Amino acid sequence: MPFFFESKQIVTPGDLLAEGDYQASGNTYKFDAKIYATRMGLVEYKGRTVYVVALNNFYVPNAGDLVIGKVVEVNLNGWTVDINSPYVAILRASEALGRPFKPQRDELSEFLGIGDMVIAEIIAFDRTRDPSLTIRERGLGKVTHGQIIKVSPAKIPRIIGRKGSMINMLKNETQCNITVGQNGIVLVSGRTREDERIAVLALNKIEEEAHTSGLTDRVTEMIRKEKSGGKQ
Amino acid sequence: MSKKTKLVDKKGIRTDGRELKDLRPVKLEIGILGNANGSAYIEQGKNKILAAVYGPREVHPRHLALPDRSLLRCRYHMAPFSVQERKSPAPSRREVELSKVIREALEPAIFLEEFPRTAIDLFIEVLQADGGTRCAGVIVASLALADAGIPMRDLVVACAAGKVDGQLVLDLNDIEDKEGEADVPVAYMPNFDSVGLLQMDGLLTVEELEQTIDLALDGCKRIYQLQKEALRGKYLAIREEVQEE
Repeated sequence: MPFFFESKQIVTPGDLLAEGDYQASGNTYKFDAKIYATRMGLVEYKGRTVYVVALNNFYVPNAGDLVIGKVVEVNLNGWTVDINSPYVAILRASEALGRPFKPQRDELSEFLGIGDMVIAEIIAFDRTRDPSLTIRERGLGKVTHGQIIKVSPAKIPRIIGRKGSMINMLKNETQCNITVGQNGIVLVSGRTREDERIAVLALNKIEEEAHTSGLTDRVTEMIRKEKSGGKQ
Repeated sequence: MSKKTKLVDKKGIRTDGRELKDLRPVKLEIGILGNANGSAYIEQGKNKILAAVYGPREVHPRHLALPDRSLLRCRYHMAPFSVQERKSPAPSRREVELSKVIREALEPAIFLEEFPRTAIDLFIEVLQADGGTRCAGVIVASLALADAGIPMRDLVVACAAGKVDGQLVLDLNDIEDKEGEADVPVAYMPNFDSVGLLQMDGLLTVEELEQTIDLALDGCKRIYQLQKEALRGKYLAIREEVQEE
């Protein structure tokens, strides 16, 4: 069973990870019974599968994902939304109004204008046509307050943490409401500017140190220190 | 070809103090541009080259988009101040050619078919040139692509070898390139043992060409290790810093 690295070691594209009867999973590929990495990241060996947790990537839409995007265009029957992805998304008017769309009655720019941020869910995407969005469910729709920050989509799982451990800690410690888009856009809204500032600081720290261990504890410590005004 | 300078002395030492089969010192940096999705910088001897990658992103103009794969666009450009005599900033015939051959050397390494209807824009800016910039360009470009998180089969490396003063030498600099007998740049993917770029300028016998290619491939393999170290270095530094706290 030849493995060529230890779990959690940093690998680069083209690194030979394993040879033999293994399954090539995320960010790897198989060629001649050899498994190579396709992205920079931390290698993981789980039983017979080999995968790499990427350190940087870009967002490829996936049906069912929650994303945060910016309206870039108002069209005749919907909006074009930039979702921080190689593909721009389409939000159709009927998916926003919750009733059939009548062009003679509804003025779309009254609902969403250019520059507005929206929390949306991806309905469908197959790479041959642009992804389509919906904002009809609870918790979706126009962003009215808070701060938007951008992180690498590769770091989103780290921000959420195992079973939400990291994000729950962040919410509790900072008293902020945090909405994490799978596309790397995070919305932070708290009661005060100061709460938001600390949450943003914590998110930036997570992004910077995503590939290190014991991160949740260090971030908790940092937040508490910041809350006490840097004294301690 | 008229001889002006002695390029290799009796002891086999070249104009910049190297031996025949030495590489120039290489310094690599990853992720140095804030606005690009991926970037890298190389100093190889007196060469100084920046590479920036944007994308995959929407293709503009739209009609260039490919239905089955991503479009890789590459611009190799030399800054007006990169050479002795001011170079016109307009792309020259040579730069258009190098953009094409560098693009073709990199294309097989990238999983372009995973992102149809998008474009990956790659900019290689030569800030200071001292021979072998197309090879150095390939080296930084593949690092910038890796930094951008674009999935790749392997890193692409490149290195030149050639003939100077009747001797086969590795990694030619500007004066050896101009006044030597031959220059053979090679781009290479070590995992597949496949050559993605092979050019020859000058005169070599068939045997000499074979030896020169072998020499260049050897240089490629050495630079390949430096590329991997540089990529890991960016993240290892943060990890060590955190562990020390």
